[in-house]
Amino acid sequence: MANKEIRFLNPPTFEVKKKKYCRFKKAGIKYIDYKDPEFLKRFLNEQGKILPRRITGTSLKFQRKVAQAVKRARHLALLPYVTDLLK
Amino acid sequence: MLRQYETVFILTPVLSDVQMKEAVAKYRDLILAGEGEIVYEEDWGLKKLAYPIQKKSTGFYHLIGFKATPDFVARLELQYRRDERVIRFLTFAMDKHAIAYAEKRNTKSKDPVPVKEEKPAPKVKKPDLDDDIDIDEED
Repeated sequence: MANKEIRFLNPPTFEVKKKKYCRFKKAGIKYIDYKDPEFLKRFLNEQGKILPRRITGTSLKFQRKVAQAVKRARHLALLPYVTDLLK
Repeated sequence: MLRQYETVFILTPVLSDVQMKEAVAKYRDLILAGEGEIVYEEDWGLKKLAYPIQKKSTGFYHLIGFKATPDFVARLELQYRRDERVIRFLTFAMDKHAIAYAEKRNTKSKDPVPVKEEKPAPKVKKPDLDDDIDIDEED
């Protein structure tokens, strides 16, 4: 009677996790410009908060530079400090 | 010992064109008077601010890259603070990467290099900068 096989309600999906990488290291970018808010928006969420490294995959060295650039852009009112529906 | 700095200031939008140029000229002269040298300059014109500053939603942005002694920056910023026309400013010391980036940016903006158009697209053209970050949390 007892079915020995394990049966799943949903078929299990085996997806290969894409390895994250630091885009700055890969592209050889040394300096992150605070004057380009459109580029910096990639590292912000909808509320204009800086995304963590675990999501963007940026290396620590460049995460610090991204954060610095974002903060400079915010100071110069190129990026908002708080908002909704950025992007 | 001269260091390279970059300064951006935002002037109030209530200024007329002449007054705006006058204010910019003042800081330009200040840098030159402080034995500095102006490396490059950019006028971004009237831009919308991301959030209101002193109840104003626009401002004239002006950027100056200059070389000066470290003690000059304090004097420059003092002038910014005393000036009612300046609603926001930022000055920072550039490291070698920032200087290299600024040089590249300036040469690119001045002459768009029409000759090199026919070259095959270089393979190292900023790979994967356009792919969006996929927000999938993993813990």
